[in-house]
Amino acid sequence: MAVATRVSRRPSPVLAGSAAVVAAWVVCAAFWPDLVPYDPDLQAPADRFLPPGTDHWLGTDHYGRDVLSRLVAGARPVLVVAPLAALLSVAAGTALGLLAGAVRGWFDGLVMRLLDAVVVFPVIIAAVLFIALLGRSAPVLVLVIAAAFVPLVTRSVRAATLVEREKPYVEAARLRGEPLWSLVARELLPNVRGTVLVEATTRLGDAVFAAATLSFLGLGQPPGSPDWGSSVADNRLWVQLAPWTVLAPALAIGSLVVAVALLTDRLRRRLDRS
Amino acid sequence: MTASPVKGNPAAGGPRPGRLVAGSQPTGGPALTAGLVVDGLSVAYPAGPVLHDIRLAVRPGETFGLVGESGCGKTTLGYLLGGHLEAGGRVLGGRILVDGVDVLSLRPAALRRWRASHIAFVHQEAAGSLDPTMRVGRQVADVLRAQGLPRRAAVARARELLSRVRLPDVDALARRYPHQLSGGQQQRVVIACALATRPRLLVLDEPTTGLDASVQHEVLGLLTGLAAELATAVVLVSHDLPLVGQACDRVGVLYAGRLVEVGPVGEVLAAPAHPYTVALLDSAPTLGVPRAVRPLAAIPGRPPRPGETGYGCRFAPRCPAAVDTCRSAEPALEDLAATGHAVRCLRPGAVGRAVPDALPAAAERPGPVLLQVRGLTRRYGHTLALDNVDLTIHRGEVVGLVGESGSGKTTLARAVVGLGPPGGGSISLDGQELPARVTQRSPQLRRRVQMVFQNPDTTLNPEHRVRRILRRAIHTLRGHDDVPALARRAQLDDDLLDCLPARLSGGQKQRVAIARSFAGSPALVVCDEPVSALDVSVQAGVLEVLAQQRDHTGTSYLFISHDLAVVGYLADRIAVLYHGVLVEQGPTQQVLAGPHHPYTARLVAASAPAAAESTVAEPAAVVAPEPSPVDPAGNGHGCRYVSRCPYRIAGRCDRVAPPAVALGDGHLVRCHLDPASLPSATWLAPWVLVQGPDNQ
Repeated sequence: MAVATRVSRRPSPVLAGSAAVVAAWVVCAAFWPDLVPYDPDLQAPADRFLPPGTDHWLGTDHYGRDVLSRLVAGARPVLVVAPLAALLSVAAGTALGLLAGAVRGWFDGLVMRLLDAVVVFPVIIAAVLFIALLGRSAPVLVLVIAAAFVPLVTRSVRAATLVEREKPYVEAARLRGEPLWSLVARELLPNVRGTVLVEATTRLGDAVFAAATLSFLGLGQPPGSPDWGSSVADNRLWVQLAPWTVLAPALAIGSLVVAVALLTDRLRRRLDRS
Repeated sequence: MTASPVKGNPAAGGPRPGRLVAGSQPTGGPALTAGLVVDGLSVAYPAGPVLHDIRLAVRPGETFGLVGESGCGKTTLGYLLGGHLEAGGRVLGGRILVDGVDVLSLRPAALRRWRASHIAFVHQEAAGSLDPTMRVGRQVADVLRAQGLPRRAAVARARELLSRVRLPDVDALARRYPHQLSGGQQQRVVIACALATRPRLLVLDEPTTGLDASVQHEVLGLLTGLAAELATAVVLVSHDLPLVGQACDRVGVLYAGRLVEVGPVGEVLAAPAHPYTVALLDSAPTLGVPRAVRPLAAIPGRPPRPGETGYGCRFAPRCPAAVDTCRSAEPALEDLAATGHAVRCLRPGAVGRAVPDALPAAAERPGPVLLQVRGLTRRYGHTLALDNVDLTIHRGEVVGLVGESGSGKTTLARAVVGLGPPGGGSISLDGQELPARVTQRSPQLRRRVQMVFQNPDTTLNPEHRVRRILRRAIHTLRGHDDVPALARRAQLDDDLLDCLPARLSGGQKQRVAIARSFAGSPALVVCDEPVSALDVSVQAGVLEVLAQQRDHTGTSYLFISHDLAVVGYLADRIAVLYHGVLVEQGPTQQVLAGPHHPYTARLVAASAPAAAESTVAEPAAVVAPEPSPVDPAGNGHGCRYVSRCPYRIAGRCDRVAPPAVALGDGHLVRCHLDPASLPSATWLAPWVLVQGPDNQ
C-alpha cells in the first residue's frame, strides 16, 4: 500500500567501477617503474609511429617511445599535483572562510574582496605569469592551482559558517566568553565539516583537470616528461598520422576526471544519508 | 449534530469504491456509515506494535481531538487515516472507513484518486506546506484546477475560500506570497487549500503549534465553525489537552498506541477517568494558577517505545494508582456512561485532579534592584523594534514578558544579554552599566547574565557530548560544580552525559541548556521561550527545573513566552509588550485579573481555559487590518494598539501617546482609559481576585 523507498546498502556498480579506475591509476603512479614494459624515455628512431600491436600494445610515438609505458608513467605527475593542490586549497580556504565568517566586520570584507580580485584574474594568465616568474616545476603547479581554488573553497565555507554562527549554540559560546580560536575550532569547524568534505572532493576532480590543462599548455611539467597533458600537446602535430599517440593520454585524462567525479559524487551521497 | 445520510458523493471518487460496510460500528457509536469509522485497527513497525485495537467514530461535522505525548502513535494514526503508512509499517488488522469506503483496501491508483477528493491534511508548519514562489491565491486555485475546475471558476472559488477562512482584504491578499503573510494567515491559507476539495475527512496535525495564543484561538474557532458548516469529519492531533478542549466536540486520549479514554470533551476534561488523562491535565498550566498554588506535575518516566514489552496496563509503571492487578491484565475500553465516555482502566477515577489547596503565601518583599533597563530603543532598519522600554528586575524575581510574535520580546532579551544590535537607552546590572555588545562586557559581567534559548535542537553543539558541553561552560564561566553535580541540578541522569545531543529528547536538551546557563552562578538568566517547543507533559518538568534553580540560587529570570498560562505560572511580575511598547507591567495576579490594558485583556481571553470560555465577556471584535509595525497609529503619535482596540477613544487614542498610569503596587498601564473603565477578567480563578490589589 504505502510505497516503500528502499535504501540500498549494496555498493553500486558505478561506485565500484569508478573506484577501480582511480585505484588503477594510483597503482600506476606509485609503482610505474615496475609496471612499464619499456623505459618511457627510451627513444627508438627505427620504431617511430608503430601502430598498436603485440610488441607495443598502444603503439609508439614520433621518437619511437612506447605509448603504454609513457601512459603508465604519466599518471604520477597528475596524481601528485592534483591531491596536493586540492588539499592545500581546502586547508587555506577552510581557515580563511571560518575566520571571515566568525569575525565578520572589516576582516571579512578585506578577505572577501581580496579573493574576489583573485577570481576576476583569468587563471591561465595568472598561471603563465607565475610560472614565468618561478619556473616550471611541480611545486609551482600545485601553488598555482591551489591559489585558483582558494576563493571558491573560502566562499563555501564562509557561507556555511554564517549559517552556523547564528545558531544558539554559537551564541551561547559567545555569551560565556569563549575566545575566538575556541569558537572557530570547537564550535564552528566540527559543524562545517560536511561542507569542507564536499569542497575537498569537488576540488580534487577539478584539480586533476586543471593539472592536465596546464600541462597541455606547456605550463606544467618540464619538457619531455611523460605527463598526459604534455603528451597530448607534444603529439598533436602527428594526430592524423598516429592518432593513438594523442588518443591514449587524452582518454587517460578523461577516465581519471570522470572516475574521480563519480566517486566523489557517490561518496558525498553516502555522507548525506548517514 | 444529526447523523445525516451519506451526503454528496460517497464513493464516486474512484472506480473501485471499496467495500461498503454497514452495521459494524465500534462500541458506543450510533449505527451510521457517514463520517469516519476506525474499527479495531492495529499497526506494527518493524520495532514492534504502534497501534493496538483502535476503535473510534467521528460523525460529519464533528471535531475529534486525538491527544497524547510524543511517541504514543497519534501521528501514525493521523496519517494512516489518509492511507499513508511509513515504510516498514504493517496493518495487522482492522479497517478505516470514510463514508463507508474502506481506505486500507484501496489499490494505489484508486487510493490516490480517493485522497484527492475525500481527505485533506493540515500539517504543523504552515509555511512549509505553501510554495514560497507562488502567490497564495494561485495556490488555492491550483488545488481546484487539479480537480478539473476551469481556470476562471477556480480563481473565483479560491477568492471565496480565502474569504471563508476570514482572511481580510482577499483581493489584495490573494496576490501576496506566503512570506508576506503572518503565521496565522499562512495557516488559514493552508486550511483554505484543505477545504478546497470539500473533503469528507480533515486531519490536522498540531495545526496551531508556534502560533500566538490569540491567533491559535481564532484558527481553532474557525476550524470548528467550518467543519460544522461543511459537514466534514475533523480529526485534530495535538499534545495539548486543554487546547483540544477549546476546539473539539469529542476527545480520544492515546497512550502507547491504545485509546485509554474517549468521550465528549466536556466530560473528559471535567471528570477525567484515566490516570493518564489526569496526568496530562495536571501537567498543563492553567491561566492564573501560579506554582505556589498548584505545582505542575510532570508525568514521571516516558511512554513505552514500540517493541518494549509489558504486561497489564501499559500506563501502570507511571501510574500513581496502579495496583497489582493493573500489572497482570490489560483492561479493556469500557463504557462509563451512555454519552460514549469510555475508559481503559481497572480503577477509573482512582486519581483525581490536583486541586489548589492553599492560597499562595503573600509574596515576599522583592530584593534590591538587579537589572534596570531605561529608555531602551532598538531599530532594525526603519522598523522600531523597541520603543523607549523601561523595565526593572529585582533580585530573585521572575519577570514574565509576553506579547505576540514580532512585538519585540526577543529583541529585548537579546539586548539584555548583549547579542542584539546597539541602540539607545541603557541597561545596568547592580548599578553597573552593561555595554550593548557581549564582546565589550567584562568576563565578570558576562558570567552574571546568561541565556536559555528557544529551539532545543540548535541550542547545543551537535558535535559535542553533554559532558563536554557542561565542562566547557563550567570552565569558561568559572563554575565551582563538577559536571555530574551540575547535571543533577537540572535533573539530568548521569548516563546522558556521554550522549550526543541528537540522542536526547527535546526536554533533555533544554535541561542541558539550563544546566549550561547555571554553570557559573548567574545573577540573571534570560529565558527566551524555553518551553514553547516542548510537549505539555515535558514542559512541566523543565519549568520545575527552572523554578527549583530560582529557589536554590536566588537567580532572577526574564522569562519570555507567548503562552500566558506558562508565564502566569512562574512569574512574580508580568510585562506586556505590544509592537515594541511596554503597554503594561505589574504583579502577575493584577496584570492577569485586571483591571488591565485592553491588549492584555485580549491575550487573557484568548488563553481562557475551555471551562471558563462561556463566561468570558469578549468585547465586540474589531476586524481591522494588521497595523504595520513601523507606525501602527499611522501618524507617529498615539497608541500603537489603537487600530485593534475595541475601547478606543476617537480623537485621543489615535493622536496622543497614552501615559503610563500607576494602579498601585508598581502596576503600570499605558492607556488613555480611565482606570475604572479598564477591562478586567473577573472569571479568573477566585483566589486571583482574593489576592487582588485591595488585599496587598
